Amino acid sequence: MAVLEILKIPDERLKRVCEPVEAFDGALRAFLADLEETRQAGPAAVGIAAPQVGRLQRIVILDVPARPKSSSHGHLVLINPEILQWDGYELGREGCLSVPDYTGNVIRAERIGLAALDPDGRRCEYEMEGFEARALQHEVDHLDGLLFIDRVVSRRTDLFRRKVYRKGGR
Amino acid sequence: MNNWKMVTLVGEDRPGIVADVTDALYRNGWSLGEASMMRLGGNFTIMMMVAGDGDLEAALAPVAEKLGLRLHVDAISGGLHRHLAPNIQVRVMGADRPGIVARVTGALAKTGFNILELESDVAGTEEAPVYIMTIQGVADATLESLRRAVEGLDEEGMDVSVSPIETLIG
Repeated sequence: MAVLEILKIPDERLKRVCEPVEAFDGALRAFLADLEETRQAGPAAVGIAAPQVGRLQRIVILDVPARPKSSSHGHLVLINPEILQWDGYELGREGCLSVPDYTGNVIRAERIGLAALDPDGRRCEYEMEGFEARALQHEVDHLDGLLFIDRVVSRRTDLFRRKVYRKGGR
Repeated sequence: MNNWKMVTLVGEDRPGIVADVTDALYRNGWSLGEASMMRLGGNFTIMMMVAGDGDLEAALAPVAEKLGLRLHVDAISGGLHRHLAPNIQVRVMGADRPGIVARVTGALAKTGFNILELESDVAGTEEAPVYIMTIQGVADATLESLRRAVEGLDEEGMDVSVSPIETLIG
């Protein structure tokens, strides 16, 4: 187990599109343990993606605490996650381990449907909403080489000005 | 760096103001920190932190004169990386009349609420103006006590909503 170095902007590796995981082996499990230890070592992050530590594979860990008004699945390891559907949109404030000392408003889908593999390669499906859905979209963006700063909207943009969320953004 | 100055430039809006002002700064060895630049009522307004050595007013005077901008420079004691993360958003909407901002912010100030950012605009028409304001700030007070602080204002025809801002770190 080890705490890995978090890549920070403007590291080019944060802009790469990651490859799917194909081998569900001991090396993967060892990396997952390191990634989780890294997530817990820093500021209170509700998620981390493999490219944030320089491993360009489609791996995400999410751990959104449950709240009275926002459901959550708790701790999740999501391999090769794929968002299957989006619904609604809302503005929320985001920051990132890879973008120190900056936060901004980002529009995300309110609810998503998701398919992913677990650490043993079994397919799982999830419905997520609110803060957990936001966290998942933030992390999946990392796998596509996108950071929240690629999606930040003007501070004067509220939902009075409607924007539709698109996969891949830009 | 401790030699930050706060520069204010205001004048009739036209294309090229930012380009010309920042070019003058760059050519004279000044660098830009945090800045807010926007068009307000047909004027372009610039408030920006700049750092460097020499006579800043002399460096900017020619471009200010050329563009018809009023220039003001203050030495400041602040610096970069002093962000506070907002945890409360307040939205206010109502028929425009004197005292809206004072009433709302006065009620909030009594709770210890610290405004980090306030944007306001007048929508509607000349005959029926509607005042819209969004405030982001930090408060130690609970959401309930902030809502209680502004609840009487609804009866005066102001639509005031107080909501939490939760910053996602991923």
